[in-house]
Amino acid sequence: MQILQKLKDNAQKKHKREGSLATVTYETVHYLQDTECKNQSAESIQKFLEEMKAFKLTKSEKLMMVNTPPRTELEIQLIVQESEERLSEENVRKIIDLANEFLPATS
Amino acid sequence: MCLQQVVLNVGLCIALFDITNIGHSYIFPGDGSSHTEVKFRYIVFRPLVEEILIGKIRSCSREGVHVTMGFFDDILIPVNALQHPSRFDETDQAWVWEYPKDDGEKHDLFMDSGESIRFRVTSEAFEESLPTGPPGTECPAQTVAPYKLVGGINEPGLGLLTWWETPDQDDDADDNEEQENDD
Repeated sequence: MQILQKLKDNAQKKHKREGSLATVTYETVHYLQDTECKNQSAESIQKFLEEMKAFKLTKSEKLMMVNTPPRTELEIQLIVQESEERLSEENVRKIIDLANEFLPATS
Repeated sequence: MCLQQVVLNVGLCIALFDITNIGHSYIFPGDGSSHTEVKFRYIVFRPLVEEILIGKIRSCSREGVHVTMGFFDDILIPVNALQHPSRFDETDQAWVWEYPKDDGEKHDLFMDSGESIRFRVTSEAFEESLPTGPPGTECPAQTVAPYKLVGGINEPGLGLLTWWETPDQDDDADDNEEQENDD
């Protein structure tokens, strides 16, 4: 779980160090700025993960959901292995709703 | 790139996250500097194999599609991992997914540079590289990237993000959009 939080923390930390960044670090900040994590807070990620406990997903599945929150059934099928067996249609819809609630899209 | 800091079997090191422990400092005989063991956490880019990532298309070649994350370039989607069927368009130097429509016709979906692309990491490879000389000396061109990723887009939902967007309006039929069929 901490790793997920770090992803978000880092985005903020790097802003402070703009002055002396090496190329790779600069590009990473640039990349992170275009992703969902700039909208996320430690609390929203925590809350999302709390809700996800019910679905018994693996760490990597949850990590992918935080990094690229699924907005459609198809995205969930890609992220979750054997999703048809492990998640009912209702669960899939719940996950999408939770993603929209706690990890809203950048507008 | 000479500046990329790949640590063998660890990944692309990006920045120091924090220092968790600083040990005692020692001075060894014959060596004027002090040595201190430091435990630290580093931010490293190393996606899991099977992880889904979103990058941008850098270029296409006969080998496949070259994808970049901005901070990391060595990602290749080889020809056999593209959507089927695909062809290489020489004029545009781009791979094209020949999407078969229901009426038997083919819809050409171009994989243009700069487009965002969703792919699955299928394998990674670390290569030992020789140390480069001190700054100022010419950096010999590294022919093998120290850390490479191989990806694939041959699954529903993978490929250009625009391919799988659900249309907002119902009358939007002709563009490069796919409808997902509920089973």
